[in-house]
Amino acid sequence: MALLEIQNLTVEFQTASGLFRAVDNVSLTCDRGEILSIVGESGSGKSVSMLALMGLLPWTAKITADRLAFDGKDLIGLSPRQRRNIIGKDMAMIFQEPMSSLNPCFTVGFQLGETLRIHMGMNRAQRRERSIELLKLVGIPAPEERLSNFPHQMSGGMSQRVMIAMALACNPKLLIADEPTTALDVTIQAQILDLLVRLQKENGMALVLITHDMGVVAETAHRVQVQYAGQKVEEQPVGQLFADPHHPYTAALLAALPERAVAGEKLPSIAGVVPGQHDRPTGCLFAPRCAFVQPDCHQGARRQGRELGEALCNYPLVKGVPLDHPAFAVKEGA
Amino acid sequence: MSQAVLEAKDLARHYSVRRGLFKPDATVRALNGVSFELYSGKTLAIVGESGCGKSTLARLVTMIEDPSAGTLLIDGKPASVDDMSLRSQVQIVFQNPYGSLNPRQKVGSILEEPLKINTSDDAATRRRKAEEMMAKVGLRPEHYDRYPHMFSGGQRQRIAIARALMLRPKVLVLDEPVSALDLSIQAQVLNLLMDLQKEMGLAYLFISHGLSVVRHIADEVMVMYLGKPVETGTAEEVFSNPKHPYTAALLSATPIADPSRAKNRIRLQGELPSPLKPPPGCPFNPRCWKATDICRQEMPPLAGGETHKFACHHPLD
Repeated sequence: MALLEIQNLTVEFQTASGLFRAVDNVSLTCDRGEILSIVGESGSGKSVSMLALMGLLPWTAKITADRLAFDGKDLIGLSPRQRRNIIGKDMAMIFQEPMSSLNPCFTVGFQLGETLRIHMGMNRAQRRERSIELLKLVGIPAPEERLSNFPHQMSGGMSQRVMIAMALACNPKLLIADEPTTALDVTIQAQILDLLVRLQKENGMALVLITHDMGVVAETAHRVQVQYAGQKVEEQPVGQLFADPHHPYTAALLAALPERAVAGEKLPSIAGVVPGQHDRPTGCLFAPRCAFVQPDCHQGARRQGRELGEALCNYPLVKGVPLDHPAFAVKEGA
Repeated sequence: MSQAVLEAKDLARHYSVRRGLFKPDATVRALNGVSFELYSGKTLAIVGESGCGKSTLARLVTMIEDPSAGTLLIDGKPASVDDMSLRSQVQIVFQNPYGSLNPRQKVGSILEEPLKINTSDDAATRRRKAEEMMAKVGLRPEHYDRYPHMFSGGQRQRIAIARALMLRPKVLVLDEPVSALDLSIQAQVLNLLMDLQKEMGLAYLFISHGLSVVRHIADEVMVMYLGKPVETGTAEEVFSNPKHPYTAALLSATPIADPSRAKNRIRLQGELPSPLKPPPGCPFNPRCWKATDICRQEMPPLAGGETHKFACHHPLD
């Protein structure tokens, strides 16, 4: 059984103009020692699904799921108190903005020690020792002095390292990293990604990496899940996804990467924008922007089997050619 | 080659910062000895991490601030903050389209405002010009009466680009124009920028930290570190044959979307030093794996051939 199992998770928000479905029947598994990457543009529901798992969404959110299990325990019926025993201990999360996720009023040492006190019941001396050990682990020079620093005295890269140290404080089984390097410079991004991968390997953690950067995915992930407008549209191991994407959205997204195009030439772009709350199409959500759209796509999209990357598409691509597509069938016959 | 539309010679900008009651003011050398030329129809990309002086350079080129030293020639004429006549020649597009448009102005009045202030066009002409420009950047005519909040990020960036082009500038400064946008939208905006450049013969000063975008759009590249240019040259030369260790590290740190590619990343230790106390000699020496004693004492000059210059004592092969 996988460490993290989510089946048909749906998150809806109560807004002034009705219910808005941010996550739409998303299933996901992540096992020990695995790096799963969730990719998608803004509004694809990648962060919201993980926040729902952590119980960090406001009361306006309505969360339903067939199964939401972590390490064999069902998370759906859990009381907030029971949930807090797991969160921060076995399951930890780091966020995008390191500068704003640390509390500016307390020292680094205090914020690190808080987790250790609550979850591990350590005394002051043990906490200090473990904090220093953690800061060393994430590569912060002179950790003894850093303990008394306030967040504003540190750079973005340092703050993100402290966040990682906090998340790792209780040796979690699952680490969720929500765009951990988006706010950082490229050379610092490289350092942080190397650090995350190293720690994941050493501790045998499961790592869920949420990102929109295809480069980061290619270099770190084992398995990739692509999301679009709240739906999971494809899932494949990283090598196969980049070599042979099955969903037209994934294919278009990869084609739009500047490094895959000829310099100075036009980039193949996806026309239109991600649908919002009010212009959500019926049927396949990608249909209005899809290059291979057919009349029956507006009725609905079928989920394909595992061999086709579980693509949510009626005409999944195989080596760039849509399967069973009328326009392409004629060409082959002629 | 024809005359440059914009010529910068040894531009520098220093700021003095107060450090408290009992300490003397310190000087931050945000920009030091930057020279370049911009030609119409060409793109010069400025690449570097935060704190390298990219945005300070944008402020100098757009005449928001005067340089502390050096000269800036626009169309052969010396530019300064007080000289209003040259302002319409250089326009800027900012990074965040959510912050750079006034939420209380309609698209029409956003686009017409530059004309109102700088030209004597009547209302009908202004409206005609605004509608022409909207068509050019791919906005529909009915968008004229809408407010910015009704648009997505990509469309807002189109409005910002249209606004910058209303006065028919020769130079457009693009300060990270696509880094706030989603991948599929980013491609649309980059295509638009390339089309407009061809059509209007614009010169672009493209400021970015995304190297794959720069590689796609730039003719020439200038890599900066701590306010100083460390390597300049044609995009082709700099990307395929980097000479400065910092450029090489930057290139190898940029994740490439190809899982089968062999990873041999150059690991840079440490972070950008404080610009208040830059290290002596080459600013990159504390993080450089090739640094020797001379690097800690002497700043290497920017030297090399016509198409490729670099400032390093131990350039890479």
